[in-house]
Amino acid sequence: MKPEPETNDIILRTGASIMVPLILLWGLYVLIHGALGPGGGFQAGVILAAGFILYTAAFGLGETKKILTMKRVLLLASTGLLIYAGVGVLAIIFGGSFLEYGVLPLGHSPAESSKYGIEMVEVGIGLTVMAIMVSIFYDIAFNGE
Amino acid sequence: MRRYLAVLSCALFWAILVYGVPDLPDLGDPDAPSHKHVVPEYIEGSYKEAGVTNIVTAILANYRGYDTLGETTVIFTAGITVMLLIRRKWK
Repeated sequence: MKPEPETNDIILRTGASIMVPLILLWGLYVLIHGALGPGGGFQAGVILAAGFILYTAAFGLGETKKILTMKRVLLLASTGLLIYAGVGVLAIIFGGSFLEYGVLPLGHSPAESSKYGIEMVEVGIGLTVMAIMVSIFYDIAFNGE
Repeated sequence: MRRYLAVLSCALFWAILVYGVPDLPDLGDPDAPSHKHVVPEYIEGSYKEAGVTNIVTAILANYRGYDTLGETTVIFTAGITVMLLIRRKWK
Protein backbone atom coordinates (compact mmCIF):
# COMPACT_ATOMS: atom_id res chain seq x y z
CA MET A 1 0.00 0.00 0.00
CA LYS A 2 1.59 3.19 -1.18
CA PRO A 3 0.83 6.48 0.58
CA GLU A 4 -1.47 8.81 -1.27
CA PRO A 5 0.43 10.80 -3.87
CA GLU A 6 0.47 14.40 -2.70
CA THR A 7 1.91 17.09 -4.90
CA ASN A 8 3.18 20.49 -3.94
CA ASP A 9 3.67 21.62 -7.51
CA ILE A 10 2.50 25.23 -7.37
CA ILE A 11 2.23 25.56 -11.15
CA LEU A 12 0.00 22.49 -11.38
CA ARG A 13 -2.12 23.60 -8.43
CA THR A 14 -2.58 27.17 -9.70
CA GLY A 15 -3.28 25.98 -13.23
CA ALA A 16 -5.75 23.38 -12.02
CA SER A 17 -7.63 25.81 -9.79
CA ILE A 18 -8.15 28.05 -12.82
CA MET A 19 -8.80 25.29 -15.35
CA VAL A 20 -11.05 22.88 -13.42
CA PRO A 21 -14.09 25.22 -13.08
CA LEU A 22 -13.80 26.16 -16.76
CA ILE A 23 -13.53 22.52 -17.84
CA LEU A 24 -16.57 21.54 -15.76
CA LEU A 25 -18.55 24.53 -17.09
CA TRP A 26 -17.60 23.65 -20.65
CA GLY A 27 -18.61 20.05 -20.04
CA LEU A 28 -22.05 21.21 -18.91
CA TYR A 29 -22.29 23.45 -21.99
CA VAL A 30 -21.47 20.53 -24.29
CA LEU A 31 -24.03 18.41 -22.42
CA ILE A 32 -26.87 20.92 -22.71
CA HIS A 33 -26.10 21.99 -26.28
CA GLY A 34 -25.97 18.47 -27.66
CA ALA A 35 -29.28 19.03 -29.42
CA LEU A 36 -28.32 22.36 -30.99
CA GLY A 37 -24.72 21.95 -32.06
CA PRO A 38 -21.76 19.63 -31.81
CA GLY A 39 -21.76 17.75 -28.56
CA GLY A 40 -23.80 15.29 -26.58
CA GLY A 41 -23.76 13.01 -23.61
CA PHE A 42 -20.71 10.89 -24.40
CA GLN A 43 -18.43 13.84 -25.13
CA ALA A 44 -19.70 15.86 -22.18
CA GLY A 45 -19.24 12.93 -19.81
CA VAL A 46 -15.62 12.54 -20.84
CA ILE A 47 -14.97 16.29 -20.51
CA LEU A 48 -16.51 16.37 -17.01
CA ALA A 49 -14.48 13.32 -16.01
CA ALA A 50 -11.32 15.01 -17.35
CA GLY A 51 -12.04 17.95 -15.05
CA PHE A 52 -12.23 15.68 -12.02
CA ILE A 53 -9.10 13.79 -13.09
CA LEU A 54 -7.15 17.06 -13.36
CA TYR A 55 -8.45 18.03 -9.92
CA THR A 56 -7.23 14.69 -8.55
CA ALA A 57 -3.83 15.13 -10.20
CA ALA A 58 -3.37 18.51 -8.57
CA PHE A 59 -4.94 18.10 -5.13
CA GLY A 60 -4.73 14.37 -4.47
CA LEU A 61 -7.28 11.60 -4.27
CA GLY A 62 -8.48 12.57 -0.79
CA GLU A 63 -9.80 15.94 -1.93
CA THR A 64 -11.69 14.46 -4.87
CA LYS A 65 -13.13 11.70 -2.73
CA LYS A 66 -14.68 14.33 -0.46
CA ILE A 67 -16.86 15.32 -3.43
CA LEU A 68 -17.10 12.07 -5.39
CA THR A 69 -17.01 9.15 -3.00
CA MET A 70 -16.94 5.63 -4.45
CA LYS A 71 -20.55 5.21 -3.43
CA ARG A 72 -21.66 8.43 -5.10
CA VAL A 73 -19.81 7.54 -8.29
CA LEU A 74 -21.60 4.21 -8.52
CA LEU A 75 -24.89 5.91 -7.68
CA LEU A 76 -24.36 8.50 -10.44
CA ALA A 77 -23.54 5.81 -13.00
CA SER A 78 -26.68 3.85 -12.17
CA THR A 79 -28.80 7.00 -12.07
CA GLY A 80 -27.70 7.94 -15.58
CA LEU A 81 -28.71 4.59 -16.98
CA LEU A 82 -31.94 4.73 -14.99
CA ILE A 83 -32.78 8.15 -16.47
CA TYR A 84 -32.27 6.81 -19.99
CA ALA A 85 -34.33 3.66 -19.49
CA GLY A 86 -36.85 5.64 -17.39
CA VAL A 87 -37.53 8.04 -20.26
CA GLY A 88 -38.18 5.02 -22.45
CA VAL A 89 -40.58 3.49 -19.94
CA LEU A 90 -42.31 6.88 -19.41
CA ALA A 91 -43.02 6.93 -23.14
CA ILE A 92 -44.76 3.56 -22.75
CA ILE A 93 -46.78 4.88 -19.79
CA PHE A 94 -47.95 7.87 -21.86
CA GLY A 95 -49.18 5.59 -24.60
CA GLY A 96 -46.32 5.33 -27.07
CA SER A 97 -43.73 2.70 -27.75
CA PHE A 98 -40.42 2.37 -25.90
CA LEU A 99 -38.26 5.52 -26.28
CA GLU A 100 -40.91 7.31 -28.39
CA TYR A 101 -40.20 10.79 -27.05
CA GLY A 102 -42.98 12.46 -29.03
CA VAL A 103 -45.74 11.27 -26.69
CA LEU A 104 -44.16 12.73 -23.54
CA PRO A 105 -46.10 15.74 -22.20
CA LEU A 106 -43.09 18.07 -22.23
CA GLY A 107 -43.81 20.54 -25.01
CA HIS A 108 -46.56 21.90 -27.23
CA SER A 109 -45.86 19.61 -30.17
CA PRO A 110 -44.44 16.09 -30.54
CA ALA A 111 -41.27 17.58 -32.00
CA GLU A 112 -40.79 19.82 -28.96
CA SER A 113 -41.42 16.96 -26.52
CA SER A 114 -38.99 14.89 -28.50
CA LYS A 115 -36.36 17.62 -28.11
CA TYR A 116 -36.72 17.65 -24.33
CA GLY A 117 -36.79 13.84 -24.25
CA ILE A 118 -33.51 13.78 -26.17
CA GLU A 119 -32.03 16.30 -23.73
CA MET A 120 -33.02 14.13 -20.76
CA VAL A 121 -31.50 11.08 -22.40
CA GLU A 122 -28.29 13.02 -23.08
CA VAL A 123 -28.10 14.03 -19.42
CA GLY A 124 -28.44 10.36 -18.48
CA ILE A 125 -25.66 9.34 -20.87
CA GLY A 126 -23.46 12.16 -19.57
CA LEU A 127 -23.90 11.11 -15.94
CA THR A 128 -23.11 7.47 -16.67
CA VAL A 129 -20.06 8.19 -18.82
CA MET A 130 -18.65 10.71 -16.33
CA ALA A 131 -19.12 8.42 -13.34
CA ILE A 132 -17.67 5.37 -15.10
CA MET A 133 -14.64 7.33 -16.36
CA VAL A 134 -13.95 8.65 -12.86
CA SER A 135 -14.46 5.18 -11.39
CA ILE A 136 -12.05 3.53 -13.85
CA PHE A 137 -9.55 6.30 -13.14
CA TYR A 138 -9.83 5.70 -9.39
CA ASP A 139 -9.36 1.97 -9.86
CA ILE A 140 -6.45 2.06 -12.30
CA ALA A 141 -4.53 5.09 -11.07
CA PHE A 142 -4.74 4.20 -7.38
CA ASN A 143 -4.62 0.43 -7.74
CA GLY A 144 -8.08 -0.05 -6.35
CA GLU A 145 -7.40 1.54 -2.99
CA MET B 1 7.02 -21.88 -46.27
CA ARG B 2 4.17 -20.81 -44.02
CA ARG B 3 5.40 -17.25 -44.14
CA TYR B 4 5.32 -17.20 -47.96
CA LEU B 5 1.84 -18.68 -47.84
CA ALA B 6 0.69 -15.92 -45.50
CA VAL B 7 2.18 -13.20 -47.71
CA LEU B 8 0.62 -14.79 -50.77
CA SER B 9 -2.83 -14.97 -49.22
CA CYS B 10 -2.56 -11.35 -48.06
CA ALA B 11 -1.58 -10.27 -51.56
CA LEU B 12 -4.44 -12.25 -53.05
CA PHE B 13 -6.96 -10.69 -50.69
CA TRP B 14 -5.56 -7.22 -51.40
CA ALA B 15 -5.89 -7.85 -55.15
CA ILE B 16 -9.53 -8.89 -54.70
CA LEU B 17 -10.29 -5.71 -52.73
CA VAL B 18 -8.52 -3.51 -55.30
CA TYR B 19 -10.48 -5.22 -58.08
CA GLY B 20 -13.68 -4.08 -56.35
CA VAL B 21 -12.62 -0.45 -55.88
CA PRO B 22 -13.64 0.90 -59.34
CA ASP B 23 -17.20 -0.27 -58.70
CA LEU B 24 -17.52 1.89 -55.58
CA PRO B 25 -19.59 5.08 -55.94
CA ASP B 26 -17.63 8.32 -56.25
CA LEU B 27 -16.79 10.22 -53.09
CA GLY B 28 -19.69 12.54 -52.21
CA ASP B 29 -21.86 11.24 -55.04
CA PRO B 30 -25.46 12.25 -54.18
CA ASP B 31 -26.78 9.22 -56.07
CA ALA B 32 -24.74 6.75 -54.02
CA PRO B 33 -26.90 4.03 -52.43
CA SER B 34 -25.83 5.06 -48.94
CA HIS B 35 -27.25 8.55 -49.58
CA LYS B 36 -30.50 7.28 -51.06
CA HIS B 37 -31.83 4.90 -48.44
CA VAL B 38 -32.59 6.51 -45.05
CA VAL B 39 -30.40 9.61 -45.17
CA PRO B 40 -32.98 11.91 -46.85
CA GLU B 41 -35.49 10.90 -44.18
CA TYR B 42 -33.03 11.74 -41.42
CA ILE B 43 -32.14 15.11 -42.96
CA GLU B 44 -35.78 16.12 -43.37
CA GLY B 45 -37.09 14.55 -40.19
CA SER B 46 -34.48 15.46 -37.62
CA TYR B 47 -35.99 18.91 -37.11
CA LYS B 48 -39.63 18.15 -37.95
CA GLU B 49 -39.95 14.91 -35.99
CA ALA B 50 -37.14 14.96 -33.44
CA GLY B 51 -37.11 18.74 -32.88
CA VAL B 52 -33.34 19.10 -32.79
CA THR B 53 -31.09 20.92 -35.24
CA ASN B 54 -28.16 18.57 -34.75
CA ILE B 55 -28.77 15.66 -37.11
CA VAL B 56 -26.13 13.52 -35.40
CA THR B 57 -27.93 13.86 -32.07
CA ALA B 58 -31.28 13.12 -33.71
CA ILE B 59 -29.94 9.90 -35.20
CA LEU B 60 -28.10 8.95 -32.00
CA ALA B 61 -30.88 9.53 -29.51
CA ASN B 62 -34.07 9.30 -31.54
CA TYR B 63 -33.79 7.10 -34.61
CA ARG B 64 -31.28 4.76 -32.99
CA GLY B 65 -32.34 5.12 -29.39
CA TYR B 66 -32.14 1.41 -28.67
CA ASP B 67 -28.59 1.32 -29.97
CA THR B 68 -27.53 4.19 -27.73
CA LEU B 69 -29.24 2.64 -24.72
CA GLY B 70 -27.18 -0.46 -25.41
CA GLU B 71 -24.01 1.61 -25.74
CA THR B 72 -24.62 3.25 -22.40
CA THR B 73 -25.20 -0.16 -20.86
CA VAL B 74 -21.92 -1.37 -22.37
CA ILE B 75 -20.03 1.52 -20.77
CA PHE B 76 -21.77 0.88 -17.44
CA THR B 77 -20.95 -2.82 -17.61
CA ALA B 78 -17.33 -2.08 -18.50
CA GLY B 79 -17.00 0.18 -15.47
CA ILE B 80 -18.56 -2.41 -13.17
CA THR B 81 -16.21 -5.06 -14.58
CA VAL B 82 -13.14 -2.91 -13.92
CA MET B 83 -14.40 -2.36 -10.38
CA LEU B 84 -14.90 -6.06 -9.78
CA LEU B 85 -11.52 -7.01 -11.26
CA ILE B 86 -9.11 -4.57 -9.67
CA ARG B 87 -10.79 -2.80 -6.77
CA ARG B 88 -9.52 -3.95 -3.40
CA LYS B 89 -11.16 -1.59 -0.96
CA TRP B 90 -14.88 -0.98 -1.27
CA LYS B 91 -15.26 2.30 0.54
